Amino acid sequence: MKIAVPADDRSMESNVCISFGRTPYFLIYDTETGESAFLENTAAEKHCGAGIAAAQTVVDSGAAVLLTPRCGENAAEVIQAANIKLFKTFNGSLQDNLDAYQEGKLPVLQEIHAGLHGHGGN
Amino acid sequence: MQAFTATEGINMKIAVLSGKGGTGKTLVSVNMAAAAEQAVYIDCDVEEPNGHLFFKPEAIAQENISIKIPVVDPARCNGCRKCVDFCKFNALAHTGQKLIIFSEVCHSCGGCALLCPEKALTEKDKVVGEIRRGVSQNVRVVSGILNPGEASGIPIIKKELSYAAEGDGLTVIDCPPGSACIAMESIREADYCILVAEPTLFGVHNLGMVHELVRLFGKPYGVVLNKCLEEENPSEKYCVDQGIPILGKIPFDKEIGRLNADALILAREKEVYRDMFFSLLHRTSKEVGHEAAIDS
Ligand code: SF4
Ligand code: SF4
Repeated sequence: MKIAVPADDRSMESNVCISFGRTPYFLIYDTETGESAFLENTAAEKHCGAGIAAAQTVVDSGAAVLLTPRCGENAAEVIQAANIKLFKTFNGSLQDNLDAYQEGKLPVLQEIHAGLHGHGGN
Repeated sequence: MQAFTATEGINMKIAVLSGKGGTGKTLVSVNMAAAAEQAVYIDCDVEEPNGHLFFKPEAIAQENISIKIPVVDPARCNGCRKCVDFCKFNALAHTGQKLIIFSEVCHSCGGCALLCPEKALTEKDKVVGEIRRGVSQNVRVVSGILNPGEASGIPIIKKELSYAAEGDGLTVIDCPPGSACIAMESIREADYCILVAEPTLFGVHNLGMVHELVRLFGKPYGVVLNKCLEEENPSEKYCVDQGIPILGKIPFDKEIGRLNADALILAREKEVYRDMFFSLLHRTSKEVGHEAAIDS
């Protein structure tokens, strides 16, 4: 099974990125092989719909679980429609969060924030 | 110089802006329109239109405004994702099983439907809001209303602006607060912009925002200072420093506050207020004439 986590940098010691849509990388961790890969989030610079495009990247990675501190409603709709489970991370490294998840210590992500509609400017 | 006694021959589109709501933008727009002989008032603040509360227009004609958004025929979609990759706005996602369309993110470019090799996408109309047009004495009132949850009022504003006075006549455009693209759309066709500012430091900040916007568009502009007291006015100082013409000042007085809170139009209640907005109108009209003279 694969686990996706938004990552500040390409190392297991780096922190979970606080933004899902604008994260620079996604860690894709494979629980069977123990391998980790880092995908670039091409959506990060996008003006509109970054969350949706980031969700598409996660879906395409084949992940079954997404660990993230937060998630917008549009992105969550894509993630949930693809039957990917959402868990809430805590402030800490990728490794710490992965360990916590595997020990069953991460809560299910409940709060889905409303998308930032409109087109910036303010 | 000839003294103006009427507003006949005033032929201009004025956009009234402010950096945030509640600065008196609607007060200025409504009263300028009411003080004119004949005017069209267009409320482009589609998320919170309130000009109609003052005008209480009659003989309302209502029309729905819709945009085109794609719908997918799941039986035809083979999941090739060409549409997902194409959409610049990321309004589409494919979960592996199905295509999801985020209609409130979609910008109605029509590209995905053209591009889909399986002809799985077609466009359909989606109502995003409405326009109401009515009459209030000398003013034709046009109000746009965006349905809650919809991202963009721009299609509504475009249509509203098509109801501006044709040829001869005054049009006052009450713009959405702020300086986002929706405010830009509202001033696009204006001959002149009026920035309404409050006499506080925060007011200066808001004024700076819209000032930048009108400069960006190269529109001629001036400021109306609202809620003026005797004491020092930071917004006035800003105008003087920046060389922005001050078109008029509205005093901070109890009666104005009361009439405004009761949704009454100052210019229709009292001669002094009518005169105040009348001279604002003429001052503005002179500025527009001045600009035209420079341009030619
Ligand atoms: S382009 Fe057409 S067939 Fe391909 S994913 Fe989009 S809707 Fe489906
Ligand atoms: S119409 Fe244009 S903006 Fe809307 S989903 Fe299709 S490609 Fe995207």
